[in-house]
Amino acid sequence: MTTLISDTGTVFSRELRPVLRDPFTIIFSMVQPLVFLALFTPLLPGRDALQWFVPGIIVMSCLFASSMTGSNLLFEIQTGSHERMLVTPLRRPALLIGRALKEIVPMVAQAALIVAVCVPFGFRFDVLGALAGLLILATFCVGLGAFSYTLALAAKNQEWVFWTVQQTLLFPLLLLAGVLLPIDDGPGWLRALARGNPLSYVVDAERSLFNGEIWTTATLGGLIAAVAVAALGVWAGVRAMRRSD
Amino acid sequence: MIQTRGLTKHFKDVRAVDGIDLTVAPGELVALLGPNGAGKSTTLRMLTTLIPPTSGTAEVAGYDVVRHQREVRLRIGYIGQGNGAGHSQRGRDELISQGRAYGLSVRDARTRAGSLIDSLGLAEVADRRVSTLSGGQRRRLDIAMGLIHAPELLFLDEPSTGLDPQNRANLQEHILSLRAEHDTTIVLTTHYLDEADSMAERVIVIDHGRIIADDSPARLKAEHVGDRITLGFDAELDAAGAAATLAPLAPQRRGNRLVVTTQDAPRRVPGILDDLRAAGHPAAEVEVTRPTLDDVFLVLTGRSLREGGAAETRELVEV
Ligand SMILES: Nc1ncnc2c1ncn2[C@@H]1O[C@H](COP(=O)(O)OP(=O)(O)O)[C@@H](O)[C@H]1O
Ligand SMILES: [Mg+2]
Repeated sequence: MTTLISDTGTVFSRELRPVLRDPFTIIFSMVQPLVFLALFTPLLPGRDALQWFVPGIIVMSCLFASSMTGSNLLFEIQTGSHERMLVTPLRRPALLIGRALKEIVPMVAQAALIVAVCVPFGFRFDVLGALAGLLILATFCVGLGAFSYTLALAAKNQEWVFWTVQQTLLFPLLLLAGVLLPIDDGPGWLRALARGNPLSYVVDAERSLFNGEIWTTATLGGLIAAVAVAALGVWAGVRAMRRSD
Repeated sequence: MIQTRGLTKHFKDVRAVDGIDLTVAPGELVALLGPNGAGKSTTLRMLTTLIPPTSGTAEVAGYDVVRHQREVRLRIGYIGQGNGAGHSQRGRDELISQGRAYGLSVRDARTRAGSLIDSLGLAEVADRRVSTLSGGQRRRLDIAMGLIHAPELLFLDEPSTGLDPQNRANLQEHILSLRAEHDTTIVLTTHYLDEADSMAERVIVIDHGRIIADDSPARLKAEHVGDRITLGFDAELDAAGAAATLAPLAPQRRGNRLVVTTQDAPRRVPGILDDLRAAGHPAAEVEVTRPTLDDVFLVLTGRSLREGGAAETRELVEV
């Protein structure tokens, strides 16, 4: 018999298979953030720049990837294969989680690559903390992937709506979480907005976890934010699937 | 196998399906026939749990389509109007993951995929990207996907649309053999008259979201249209005399031709010819026209089902 986990595995491996059969695109996209890192880090002040910036870059590439969950879906909604999958007994959350994981898992591999490249340049990290950090990040991104899926369902007849909303939301989300530039010195209203952004807590947690500070309130905050976003995203996605016509 | 009561679906102000009561027994092969926009797909989408009804109920394979979606999904197969197989995937991979979705083990899914690939003649293309397949190959792959778990009830939405006649015939043969070999209950939609006519023992004619007729093709034709016997005479005078002789059959006369509408025409023609000769108005020629399902649709709705049927409509109405 099937379970939620085996269903998720079915969806995940179906999604991943074309990528594995044609790995060049993914290899290319893995190198991209390294270029970004090489060009951006020298601009940051202080000797700890890498320490601060690397976790942020990892969050960013995961975020970009998982927010794309819905874009593959758009095509499959048009051709009919999404409909075919909806008629199978696959559990609805598995359809969301499996697709989101397909975007996220390669990004975890990419995180390892980024870290490996940065270590010779003085990046220091804690293995256990980093693993915990990636787990929290993956949870958050499942939620984001589920929202992306929901957005694709809502915008299925107007593809441009998907792209517009995705782009419009993603950048403020990133900037307001202090991924690329620190928020701490910003004006009060900006800091208030950042406090309302669940991603801020995840980013803080990543930085402290990569530094080896595991049992902290930052970790707890990141975990709560990630679980909340994941739960909300899956709930919204399942609801959208039930209502979509 | 299927039982609906007042099944209805409204999209904003469009009444796509408007109160359908339908009962399908196990082992039946039923065709839903109707023009584009009649509500065939919407009906199928409700029966397959894809969309909830606005009102009414439907029980499929013993379970309510709203309250027990999972139970329904486990028991049915659905081949939709689009392409079930993802275009960036390979056919065999899709079949295996479809099997996994229905709870088959990897090994069973692989075996089953292999045998469906063989029986649907997909061996040469099963390991290619779906986007490189021809329309007919893709459609056969879709059928294979719908059959992976050997469902007891199979829904097919316009299975042969877009196929050339050769592929269409092959597909129909496959569907019929499914029925013969596995006793699968089959509900398909079509707007091809000949397809409904030749495949289904039961045709349900749908128009504007309602069932307007439901019977075997033969009985639909007999009941709503009947056969047409056209008799030609050498002179108008003969035609007039013949009309009097055949008065009980209520013939219609146009010039030196008579048209009689009746059931079972081929058996009646010899008798009619004898009567006419005996009355001294022998027919010079005779033609028997058996009705098509399009004639049935025309009688029921005043419109033709054929593409660009407007001209034909006028012509037939005159008769
Ligand atoms: N998702 C939808 N949203 C709005 N209207 C729809 C939708 N699906 C179908 N319709 C409308 O419902 C009617 C029936 O459509 P459909 O069931 O697809 O007909 P058929 O399959 O018989 O061609 C049509 O008028 C169609 O435009
Ligand atoms: Mg249709």
